[in-house]
Amino acid sequence: MPDLDAVFASLADPTRRAILARLAIGEATVLDIAKPFSMTQPAISRHLKVLEGSGLIVRRVEGAKHPCRLAPDGLATIEPWLDMLRAALTKNYDRLDGVLAAMTPNLGKDPT
Amino acid sequence: MTKLTMTVEGDHNFIVTRRFATPPQAVYRAHLEPALIQRWMLGPEGWTMPVCVNEARPGGKIRYEWADGAGHRFYLTGEFVELTPFSKIVHVERMHMPDATPDNHVETRFESDGAGTLMTMRMTLPNPETRAVMLASGMEFGMEASYVRLDAMI
Repeated sequence: MPDLDAVFASLADPTRRAILARLAIGEATVLDIAKPFSMTQPAISRHLKVLEGSGLIVRRVEGAKHPCRLAPDGLATIEPWLDMLRAALTKNYDRLDGVLAAMTPNLGKDPT
Repeated sequence: MTKLTMTVEGDHNFIVTRRFATPPQAVYRAHLEPALIQRWMLGPEGWTMPVCVNEARPGGKIRYEWADGAGHRFYLTGEFVELTPFSKIVHVERMHMPDATPDNHVETRFESDGAGTLMTMRMTLPNPETRAVMLASGMEFGMEASYVRLDAMI
């Protein structure tokens, strides 16, 4: 089971989140992963090292290549993801309460 | 009191429920009319939705684009499958990061609940990995809260 602090620190970077999203589609090499980013391969490799260290991805050796994929155990730690999504949804729906109140101005008010 | 519930079910599903003070008609409309959606489906302060396409008919297209004013943007696309006024919306959607994630099948129900509405949003993902990424996509919006948590941890 990955260390939660390491998972959070790992997820705090937008590039690393984008890399995880890419890996959800399937296994990929450093070259594949680097393509959509305006970053050097060593920079991407450093991000992969952080992700690997926090247990979110695993790498295997295939000749000179080291394809990466999501670690099944890493994704089992779904709590941090849920916490963050909860924060986003709560804000959205609180705002929707305001929109709904404006659509139905008489609701919840005294009939004066 | 929190009105929001989130439930992970099996390997493929994610369910969100929320109660609203207004009847289903208003809640249903607020999920379909771009001018209304652009006022609430925004995430943390500072984010806006400059593009909101919502063709509310079976087969109609969906495109939401978010921006934070600091150069960060991301978007999702989708299609409507079924619309039952004012009780049910079925659509598929995918995030672009920038590659498209596999389709998320979303069924949103609006039921009368006293004077208000109980909304139940049921998402079905093709596999657990895709579900994790769908949940993670909320992070783009939820990170602010998690940074606060990180500060507390460090």
